[in-house]
Amino acid sequence: MNSSFFFGISTIVYLLAMIVYIAYLAFRKNPIGLVATAATIAGFVLQTIAFGLRWKEFADIGQMGFLRAVPLTNLYESLVFFVWLIILGYLIIEWRYSNRLFGAFVTPIAGILLAFISIGGVSTQIQPLVPALQSNWLLAHVTMSFISYAAFAISFATAIMCLILNTENRRQFVYIFWTSTCALFITALIAMGVDFLTMKVSARSSQAFIQNYLFKATFRNESGMVVLASILLLTGITFLMWRFGYLLRGLIESFSITAETLDDLTYRLVAIGFPVFTIGGLIFGAIWADQAWGRYWSWDPKETWSLIIWLVYAIYLHTRQAFGWRSNRTAVIAVVGFAVTMFTYLGVNLLLGGLHSYGAQ
Amino acid sequence: MAGAIIEQQAAPEKNIALLGSIFGISGANSAYGILDSMGITNMYNSWWFMTLLFVFAMNIIVCSLDRLPGILNITREPLKPLPEERFKAVPPGREAVLKVPDGKAEEMVTAALKNIGFTARAGKSEGVTQICAEKGRYGRLGVYVTHLSILFILTGAVVGMKFGFTAEVKLLEGMSSDVVMTGNGREIPLGFEIRCDDFDVSFYPESERPKSFTSILTVVEEGGDVLTRQIEVNRPLRHRGITFYQSGHGLFPNSDALFKFRLNAAEGRTQDISVKLLQRFEIAGSKLTARVVDFSPALAINGEGEVFTVAESMINPGAMVEFSEGDKVMAGQWILRNYPDTWETPAGVLEFRDLWGVQYTGLLVRKDPGIWLVYFGFILMATGLYGAFFITHNRIWIRLNEEEDATGISIVSSANRNRSALDRKLDRLIEDLTKRGGSPDQGAS
Repeated sequence: MNSSFFFGISTIVYLLAMIVYIAYLAFRKNPIGLVATAATIAGFVLQTIAFGLRWKEFADIGQMGFLRAVPLTNLYESLVFFVWLIILGYLIIEWRYSNRLFGAFVTPIAGILLAFISIGGVSTQIQPLVPALQSNWLLAHVTMSFISYAAFAISFATAIMCLILNTENRRQFVYIFWTSTCALFITALIAMGVDFLTMKVSARSSQAFIQNYLFKATFRNESGMVVLASILLLTGITFLMWRFGYLLRGLIESFSITAETLDDLTYRLVAIGFPVFTIGGLIFGAIWADQAWGRYWSWDPKETWSLIIWLVYAIYLHTRQAFGWRSNRTAVIAVVGFAVTMFTYLGVNLLLGGLHSYGAQ
Repeated sequence: MAGAIIEQQAAPEKNIALLGSIFGISGANSAYGILDSMGITNMYNSWWFMTLLFVFAMNIIVCSLDRLPGILNITREPLKPLPEERFKAVPPGREAVLKVPDGKAEEMVTAALKNIGFTARAGKSEGVTQICAEKGRYGRLGVYVTHLSILFILTGAVVGMKFGFTAEVKLLEGMSSDVVMTGNGREIPLGFEIRCDDFDVSFYPESERPKSFTSILTVVEEGGDVLTRQIEVNRPLRHRGITFYQSGHGLFPNSDALFKFRLNAAEGRTQDISVKLLQRFEIAGSKLTARVVDFSPALAINGEGEVFTVAESMINPGAMVEFSEGDKVMAGQWILRNYPDTWETPAGVLEFRDLWGVQYTGLLVRKDPGIWLVYFGFILMATGLYGAFFITHNRIWIRLNEEEDATGISIVSSANRNRSALDRKLDRLIEDLTKRGGSPDQGAS
């Protein structure tokens, strides 16, 4: 029984949890909710075992010491870890707020993402580390960056929900803002799904995946017609979101969660993500870069864009603290912050390259 | 943000190519000229970027100084009792009656506060006893420590830029240099000599994935070797404030390169051989002579047993060794470093140990007197962020309204963040107190 076996089982369990959560959403019966939570916890435990096993397998193959063998060095591993973190974050929120609303949104993301990984044939091969990555800083830098990304991702979701609750007028700027952002994310997710299904992705590193496969089946297709169709799809989804987005409001309201709670939750997530990102992503990254490259800051595109992420969330915190901004105004900043985070992860690799492009060969 | 798109300090050709894709070839050169004069191609060192940083730093200083005195007062002075009127509107669930003898209540409240982790101090306001307690007051300084750390990091960066340098040097195995070249072609004397004794790339088994790049470097001062160290990508060498980082490597085929073999002859004799290309050497204890007539940095053997070059880096160097007996030339033979099967020769097992003097190591050489300021800034920033985000300043004031055989208590509190955590603690406090001193509806203990 190796790590892939446990990953496979946890994928199935998450997909089951997804079905139960949706059933809970429909019927609102407590026993169903308990089953859903139990299934998610079971999936999480299985995935944790799988993660530990993968770590051990990596250490055995790579022969580079246990601490350096953190299995976070390619696309497969980072997607799996991201799912693990999101589920962990969700379970904490469900426990602290006794609210299962998010479960119906989080488990589908987890299950579908993991299912895509197995169906799409993302390479699960273990690759030993190139010299630049052989450092004890790898563990701290990469895990902390991912923890902050996950916190930002969840804060994005809560910020969007806060905006959904606070808007009703289709002519309002904030309404147009959140519907079009949602449309953009949904389209990107669909496009990535199409990539996975049509391309039989065999990329090993996220860098190679992003450069060679991302949006190749849609927006970056060789055929102009496909590109045009993709743009039309994006326009269509944007219009539909704009036209019917307000319907989501009733759904969220039915969970008796207030905009204030969501605003507070967004703030707390940013208040975890920001210091972890600063210390783990920026400071540890700089110390490592100083050791490996001889420059603690090289203005490499990923670094520059990380600084932009940092500034956006710093603005978020300062407007709250110094100007007392709340609710809509800060939620918009949180949404922008995560959009920049996504651009740093996808766009910088896609368009700009730089020192952080490992495994581009 | 433009800096995130236009590659900084890069060779002009690269950015011209980028601009060419936007403006077309003819426009690209003039566009580059304009950007160059504005400092956009090297904007992080340009005057206006520096000005921007300066304005940013001033902004941090002014905004912090504006708020700092008030915060310093909070952190410096012990918590004072509140005026009576603040107890007019006590939040629900924050009042209780302790049915204990006179004077006992204070002791009891102090003990209960200790249970939730607070140290109490008694005081009086308008003749009524108040017990004050606080926790995490220094967390308030976290924000200012973080702001200060940014100033340290920026100062360190500027000091490094003004008084330090980043340069490069390429050293062929066996060569040394006492100067290094910066990116814009300036030569910088090191004050000592650095020599590369050996460079090696190792690969993971059965793959072309590099496992390590190692150089053995020796520092030479006044003609004598001072220290020898092996460096790797994450393990630089530091000497006299100058740091040498492993940053690249390459091949420079030349006729001075040495082929190093070890011959294991039949009778258990071994012989170390070190020869140049085409230099004839004798095999001890036999009439054979041999010489290397050809070489390749990376050879592999195909299905038919033929050799072919697979890469331009030294993955598996191969030497064509030609044996002769007197004037009679025997057939030549490829000897590959990584394939022991190919070491079998008429003279015995000829182990190919190294091809030395064809690879060069690329070193990044840096002197940065500002780095300690930057690192100090990092430590400050981590501490400051911890204080700002993970320490909460909680304050509790408890008024004791002492009557004959009972004491009424009222609690007022404040938290600079995470209010609900303090509320949970106060719930525990009230529960604890009612257990100790009896509640309004229960009898005295």
